[in-house]
Amino acid sequence: MKSKSRNFYLIPYVIWIALFVVMPILLVLYYSFFDIDGQFTLDNYKKFFTPVYLKMTFSSFWYAFLITLFTLLVAYPIAYLLTKTKHKQLLLLLIILPSWINLLLKAYAFIGIFGTYGAANSFLEVIGIGTKQILFTDFSFIFVSVYIFLPFMILPIFNALDELNPSLVDASNDLGASKWTTFLRVIFPLTIDGVKSGCQIVFIPALSLFMLTRLIAGNRVITLGTAIEQHFLVTQDWGMGATIAVFLIIAMVLIMILTGKRKRGIL
Amino acid sequence: MKKLSKLSTVYLVIMFFILYAPILYLMFYSFNSGGTMYHFEGFTLDWYKELFGDSRLLIIVLNTAIIALLSAAISTILGVAGALAIYYARRRRVKNTLLSLNNVLIVSPDVIIGASFLILFTMVGIKLGFISVLLAHIAFSVPIVVIMVLPKIEEMNTSMIYAALDLGASRWDVLTKVVLPYITPGIFAGFFMALTYSLDDFAVTFFVTGNGFTTLSVEIYSLARRGVSLNINALSTLLFIFTMLLVVGYYFITKRNNKPGRMGVR
Repeated sequence: MKSKSRNFYLIPYVIWIALFVVMPILLVLYYSFFDIDGQFTLDNYKKFFTPVYLKMTFSSFWYAFLITLFTLLVAYPIAYLLTKTKHKQLLLLLIILPSWINLLLKAYAFIGIFGTYGAANSFLEVIGIGTKQILFTDFSFIFVSVYIFLPFMILPIFNALDELNPSLVDASNDLGASKWTTFLRVIFPLTIDGVKSGCQIVFIPALSLFMLTRLIAGNRVITLGTAIEQHFLVTQDWGMGATIAVFLIIAMVLIMILTGKRKRGIL
Repeated sequence: MKKLSKLSTVYLVIMFFILYAPILYLMFYSFNSGGTMYHFEGFTLDWYKELFGDSRLLIIVLNTAIIALLSAAISTILGVAGALAIYYARRRRVKNTLLSLNNVLIVSPDVIIGASFLILFTMVGIKLGFISVLLAHIAFSVPIVVIMVLPKIEEMNTSMIYAALDLGASRWDVLTKVVLPYITPGIFAGFFMALTYSLDDFAVTFFVTGNGFTTLSVEIYSLARRGVSLNINALSTLLFIFTMLLVVGYYFITKRNNKPGRMGVR
């Protein structure tokens, strides 16, 4: 009797899964075996293993790694300090608030700030360094990416730190550990799950950024995402785009396995 | 330990400044009569006037709002069904499989979602435009609603359902009179998240939008590629205010909903 109603909820949901989760992935895989003229071929995969594409993949990973690293380095202290403040929930809300503002607008703001006569250059002028080319450099690309991903890194780390039992820190202090040792041996290992999910949330989108590479990096940086967009919407070579997408999906799965939480083991 | 050291406070203040500076910068120059984003000549509201006089842009705003509201509403219904499906799944393996499949779209990069949906819509023969954008937005919002609703269902006491059944309630009664009222805060949260995801989305829309139909994000992208124009600043100021209102509204809705809920549990 009960199973009937259970099936009822499953119907729309499974249809959604089949149509928009399973089908698209299979279609990407299917398209990766066709060239631009619609002929079945393995050339796309051969092409992917040529230096041009391998170099692009490598640089895409390198940038994503740098973005994740800097985001983590900036975010961890923020999350840590936030848990120590009086109105931590309110401050956390204020940190997350900018992430609700359209991504495009933030990127656009930086076009103005980093522009030749923008605020950043005026600042450099005042402190005596002089005007520099900031927009369309690696620096601007990584800075803006870190800016955009920051809230997504802070949130899981904050939650992990907030759950941390403060008596563990007190115990460590009482037993004579220095602040640094306490952090390294107690706080950080206990919040590693938050760090991992933060890195996962940042790294995967960082691999596939394409809007920022165009607006902020001025096409200097080609990520996997940029390449996919280029193939699908500019050169119309869907086969090659799909092939890159297949590798991006593989990378994504590997990252998820690598940063997967094993909470049940710990608790 | 309770008080932050000076250095820490300075760090936090600087970070807050950096987080908000770009947004304030944009808003500030939306009142610039000079027409650039670096030299403030004088105060003007011309950009706002131009904005409201631009009927094409207003249509785009309307499109974006319709897509957001429709996709949020439909994906909320689908998402609640999905969360119930996962909740009622008896076998652990079915449950985990459903959850993993659910999370695929959450962790997938936008580019993959966009590209694969583009292939899907072209193969099925859906014309790129309003319908394809709407379908795409519904599709990527469903898993978020599920994630927001599921914890609420799971914290529900199962004996409430059995009590209702024992007292002669039909399945439909159980759903509408017991389960749905209980998970309403989760549903609201899911709807709100779906709304913001849809409003924020650029990449997926960019892939499936075709030529005739544009949403605000895509429009801003094409404007921004052409360079700075203070129309965008004016637009972003309005969007910022709108987002703030939405967030504050959401905050109060969840606050109001949480209180009786919590009391009911205790």
